[in-house]
Amino acid sequence: MTVAQNPNTNQSPKETLMEIRQVSKTFDDVWAVDDVSLDIHKGEIFALLGASGSGKSTLLRILAGFERPTQGKLLLEGNDMTHLAPYRRPINMMFQSYALFPHMTVEKNIAFGLKQDNMPSGEIADRVTKMLKMVHMEQYANRKPDQLSGGQRQRIALARSLAKQPKLLLLDEPMGALDKKLRTEMQLEVVGILEKVGVTCVMVTHDQEEAMTMATRMAIMDEGKIVQIGSPRDIYESPNSRQTAEFIGSINIFNGSIVDDQEDQLTIDSEDLDTPILVGHGVSTSVESRQVMYAVRPEKTMLTSGRPSQQCNWAEGTVHDIAYLGGHSIYYVKLNRSGKVVQSFLANTERRHEAPTWNDRVYVSWDEFAGVVLNS
Amino acid sequence: MKQKLNRWFTGRNLIIGVPFIWLFVFFLLPFIIVAKISLAQAEIAIPPYTVMFEWMDGQLSIIIDFASYIWLTEDAIYVDAYINSIKMAFWSTLLCLLIGYPMAYAIANAPSHKQPLWLLLILLPSWTSFLIRVYAWIGLLKNNGIINNFLLWTGVIDSPIQMMNTNFAVYLGIVYSYLPFMILPLYANLVKHDKSLLEAASDLGARKWTRFLRITFPLSKNGIIAGSMLVFIPVVGEYVIPELLGGSDTIMIGKILWQEFFNNRDWPVASALAAIMVMILIIPITWFHHYEQKSLEDGL
Repeated sequence: MTVAQNPNTNQSPKETLMEIRQVSKTFDDVWAVDDVSLDIHKGEIFALLGASGSGKSTLLRILAGFERPTQGKLLLEGNDMTHLAPYRRPINMMFQSYALFPHMTVEKNIAFGLKQDNMPSGEIADRVTKMLKMVHMEQYANRKPDQLSGGQRQRIALARSLAKQPKLLLLDEPMGALDKKLRTEMQLEVVGILEKVGVTCVMVTHDQEEAMTMATRMAIMDEGKIVQIGSPRDIYESPNSRQTAEFIGSINIFNGSIVDDQEDQLTIDSEDLDTPILVGHGVSTSVESRQVMYAVRPEKTMLTSGRPSQQCNWAEGTVHDIAYLGGHSIYYVKLNRSGKVVQSFLANTERRHEAPTWNDRVYVSWDEFAGVVLNS
Repeated sequence: MKQKLNRWFTGRNLIIGVPFIWLFVFFLLPFIIVAKISLAQAEIAIPPYTVMFEWMDGQLSIIIDFASYIWLTEDAIYVDAYINSIKMAFWSTLLCLLIGYPMAYAIANAPSHKQPLWLLLILLPSWTSFLIRVYAWIGLLKNNGIINNFLLWTGVIDSPIQMMNTNFAVYLGIVYSYLPFMILPLYANLVKHDKSLLEAASDLGARKWTRFLRITFPLSKNGIIAGSMLVFIPVVGEYVIPELLGGSDTIMIGKILWQEFFNNRDWPVASALAAIMVMILIIPITWFHHYEQKSLEDGL
């Protein structure tokens, strides 16, 4: 069963830069990467998102050439580069630890790759200056890496990886070593630089916020496989499986069975809820089983103290817990019927307002377009 | 008074104090004694040198005599011995570095579960007495020793090669004995290297040899310095190996020192020799120290 909304409807076909064809990698009989096929489009920032051990870093290392795939092929602009040594690939990587050479100045770090190409020293100097200017680090040219702060090191690492004008840039947990505040700042700055340079980029991260901020498209990886590919919005709004839905953001999932299946609407009965679930769009069913999962994001639900007027999509419960986060509060509502705890976000639009409090009776409701039906 | 004592005997001071007391008692004090003897004159007495402080006619007279130092400059054998010792120490250190670096590199890059075994094998010979191991070389190198007998038996040579009592034997003995002191600090340095630096270099287009020359080698500088100091300094004063394996043309300062002390019974000259040797060694040590300090400051 798949969701009717096609995640890729409004995407114009783009030129493919990198083709990953059925790539697998085993380490001692463990499939770190399991039959991954993926096209990276020219100019996009593509994020590989997954928990640790999902194989995303191994896939990135395969692209860089540090690991040889056990099976499969890598094509860069149609040319096979599966067995090309890292130093021959027009691909550069920014390492999670930045891997700046501690015995070289910032300038020499950036020039290192250019020297390997036997670029004339005048050109190298020009390029280094240009790169330093790009990351706003001109005045630090003669510093050593350990004289720089974390954010400055990251800028230098980025400049170094872009200095050779690679066809593909790889970012390994680019913000992993930064604190939270600097991270959000750098995310936008790095994206700005990458877009200005126009380089195609594949990044690996375990931080969904980072992936969603930076990437134009992303893939969710789990146990070496790609679970879903799409734009951040597609993946957030239309997850195709419970794994994706739960990995990205918070979500309430109800088990139920289809009681009425029509072209443009669907009715699901769930034991958790007081009313049936009405889905306002058809689902292309090839129903083997009538058992489905229905998922709705907390911010798409409403929390009211009065009983909703609609016939569907609500449940009665009591406030079990509240997490006040400033901009909004997360309410954990224990449903009266099943005891299941669901989340609902309440925006704190006013400084002081009458909000439900602990043990209040409340109603959680949502409209018919709020949720999605997931594969079981 | 008691309070003052308590202030001194804090745990912190005691811990810092131990190495200071150690150095004072076992290095500085003996050195002062040696320096004092070097400023006396030899005489047939017990101990065999003149006193420095003398109480005469209600007056304290201090007698300082630089004759031993002047003597050292007058006889070429002493200057030769210094130069030769430093030369031998330099070449032995270089040989140890050339042999030890690849070994340390190989161990540091071996799978981590195999490294302890390799290190054990490096250290294993030192479980036998140093003297016995040097003696064993005599059995190998002498004219009717194992190596010559084997070569004669195979017919590669028809008369024994003179290896014993040559500088070759001394170099062999020194390199053999001091190699672990080069390998261990180098290994300790190399094993800590961040592998991602090499990956980054490879990613930026550097081949294996460039990666070694531009990344691994410069980053192992401190290991090279430490290993070289551990070999160079004791080899300058080495006595046992040149005495056992060297010939009459192997003049090293350790041997001359022994002769002055025990054959000539000229303690002041022997002490002057020792004092100058310490001075000679202090120069490279302070230079390295200064260099280290500078590179630290550059890094800050």
